[in-house]
Amino acid sequence: MALSKYSINGAFRVISQCLSNQRLILHKSKHTQPKFPGATTSWTQKLQFTEQNSYAPIPVYRVMDSKGNILDPAEEPQLSNELLLKMYHDMSLLNVMDKILYESQRQGRISFYMTNYGEEATHIGSAAALNIEDWVYGQYREAGVLLYRGFSLQEFVDQCYGNIDDVGQGKQMPVHYGSRKLNFVTISSPLATQMPQAVGSAYAMKGTNRVVICYFGDGSASEGDAHAAFNFSATLECPVIFFCRNNGYAISTPVEEQYRGDGIASKGPSYGIHTLRVDGNDVLAVYKATQLAREYATKENKPVLIEALTYRVGDHSTSDDSSAYRSQDEVLDWANNDYPTKKFRLYLESKGLWDEDKEKQFLQKSRKDVLLAFNAGEKKLKPKWSEMYNDVYKFIPIHIQKQKADMKKHLENYKEKYPLKSFSN
Amino acid sequence: MASRGTITMKNMTTLGKVLSRRNFSTSKALGAKQLTVRDALNSAIDEEMERDERVFVMGEEVAQYDGAYKVTRGLWKKYGDKRVIDTPITEMGFTGIATGAAMAGLRPICEFMTFNFAMQAIDQIINSAAKTFYMSAGRVNVPIVFRGPNGAAAGVAAQHSQCYGAWYAHCPGLKVISPYTSEDHKGLLKAAIRDPDPVVFLENELLYGVAYPMSDEALGTDYLLPIGKAKVERPGKHVTIVAHSKAVETSLEAAKTLAGKGIEAEVINLRSLRPLDFETIIKSVVKTNHLISVEQGWPSCGIGAEILARLMESEVFYHLDQPAVRITGADIPMPYTKSLEAAALPRPEDVVEAVKKILKVK
Repeated sequence: MALSKYSINGAFRVISQCLSNQRLILHKSKHTQPKFPGATTSWTQKLQFTEQNSYAPIPVYRVMDSKGNILDPAEEPQLSNELLLKMYHDMSLLNVMDKILYESQRQGRISFYMTNYGEEATHIGSAAALNIEDWVYGQYREAGVLLYRGFSLQEFVDQCYGNIDDVGQGKQMPVHYGSRKLNFVTISSPLATQMPQAVGSAYAMKGTNRVVICYFGDGSASEGDAHAAFNFSATLECPVIFFCRNNGYAISTPVEEQYRGDGIASKGPSYGIHTLRVDGNDVLAVYKATQLAREYATKENKPVLIEALTYRVGDHSTSDDSSAYRSQDEVLDWANNDYPTKKFRLYLESKGLWDEDKEKQFLQKSRKDVLLAFNAGEKKLKPKWSEMYNDVYKFIPIHIQKQKADMKKHLENYKEKYPLKSFSN
Repeated sequence: MASRGTITMKNMTTLGKVLSRRNFSTSKALGAKQLTVRDALNSAIDEEMERDERVFVMGEEVAQYDGAYKVTRGLWKKYGDKRVIDTPITEMGFTGIATGAAMAGLRPICEFMTFNFAMQAIDQIINSAAKTFYMSAGRVNVPIVFRGPNGAAAGVAAQHSQCYGAWYAHCPGLKVISPYTSEDHKGLLKAAIRDPDPVVFLENELLYGVAYPMSDEALGTDYLLPIGKAKVERPGKHVTIVAHSKAVETSLEAAKTLAGKGIEAEVINLRSLRPLDFETIIKSVVKTNHLISVEQGWPSCGIGAEILARLMESEVFYHLDQPAVRITGADIPMPYTKSLEAAALPRPEDVVEAVKKILKVK
């Protein structure tokens, strides 16, 4: 198939064309159609494998080239300058926040952190195409989505410190953000558990003109939960957008060891799910794909799968050193030649919306803002110690009340032995 | 699975703290060669792979990355892709594959990055691995080892800090090991690999970097410890303290403090949770007339609950001078805050207090 010129509106069509071409090959029989309940198809007398090369790989939709030039003017989203600048600001601010919080982990000030380097466009492009009423199930590397929705720097820092102002009251590890106000479901550590849950939430939202977006990685797609989620979303017809951040690695496991076949996108049609594959480093392409997915999902009450191809420029987490399994050259190649923030900046510059001065000023202000939040967050007290007994159940049962009372008595007797001053009263 | 990365927290382990802890073992090997628990596990796997070609390792990050906690360091280089296998992130999948390989006659060592993630695979472990021998009327056995870190690590909050000892010890068909010292880890892992039945081998992340003495015998390639036998780590006559894994360390520290007050505590390292060596506990309680169990898991239906119930049902009950006591983790999901996390787990002071209370000593 010639797919050099490829428009996003034709994306679904091309995928279904791939499938119908295949059917034509199979369709040799003049007999009546098979009546089996298991598949609606045709007869063939030719015995042959259907394999990976029976279909052309699903192409990658992009709007900009690696230098930020628009490839087809008809595909350029008509976004206001204000929105374009907000998108860029948030992508850059995310980088600044990552740098400072990553360093703070290195200095032992927080226990753990995960950076978002290289995947900014997947966060901001998708977040910008959604409504705030839409629900978000993240995996763990989606801080940009939350930032775009209005989670403040202070809220990020407070969560990482687990201090008194942390919405989660210090009960979770760093980067396990959540915000009821912003419809962002709290990150849960075990991988892929968010996927069937997102489908369940989407089921509950059917017909309300809202969607659920569910982020996951190329590694998570291997979990059994991913299969369950895809299958149920299709059969129950739920308005959910599965957004795969395929960044090439699951910690150290490269995609060659994670799966075979045409990536994650190719799974979509086999589940009966409309599918898009986009350049995850192109924020405009991600925006357009998510916009189309949202429109389809709400109108049809059906799922969409988006596979955003990108590259994890940072280590997996502060517990990882990626130099053990990939070359520095590989990382630098992506960082220097196809970095989402840089690409978007070139686009904005070509529109006269950005320049070196603005960049300098913005970075300076961002650093100041992050450090202010950081310093304030670090000084705050921890939530009251007795918080550890709250929220195990809706109403505290007697045996937990007793534990709490015992601890209270114990702390009264031995207050000098405990860092009680760091906890709020 | 999990923020799985969130779990490979070499930076978060309080190794320094742990390393400085003294070892109170009364083993004759004191002053002998020291070996970390990590290296003990590594040599056990290495020796058994060398010995038996059917033995192989499977799990996330076990090959090129040397394991999330470096337990399989060097094994991929030595044995190659065929016997050290990195898997996609699918616990249910690779646990099923390892179980099937065991049914077909291989001897898989199935590594979970942590046992928290094994919950995804618990159907394979309990309904398939543990029951296939029974349900095939003895035709198909499943010689497999499920291993990985269990229990609380440090600063990894509720979803990464829980002890599965009681969960697996509940199930017939499984053998469950929860070792403490390097000798325990080596001798019991080798025994587990050679065992014809499925074995759940519960390690502790905070013990990986701790060095314990190894006797000459333990350094040898045929060092096996019997599954289902406990070890008296420290003899005493006034009170019996029964513990497993890291709680043995807590108990030994308590015993040392108590010794300074003239109380001789006998500390039993259970080593195996199933079969449970109740004989060793009986012998000790007949001598000391007092029993305390210590574990990091939750109290309800826990290992301590099992020991106390068995004691209640036995004649040894009449040997008790005071009701037996369980010391366990707090009955709440693990708090994230460091100081609260420490408070939610049994500490030596808790054990000392409990002993003083049942012995009516001020």
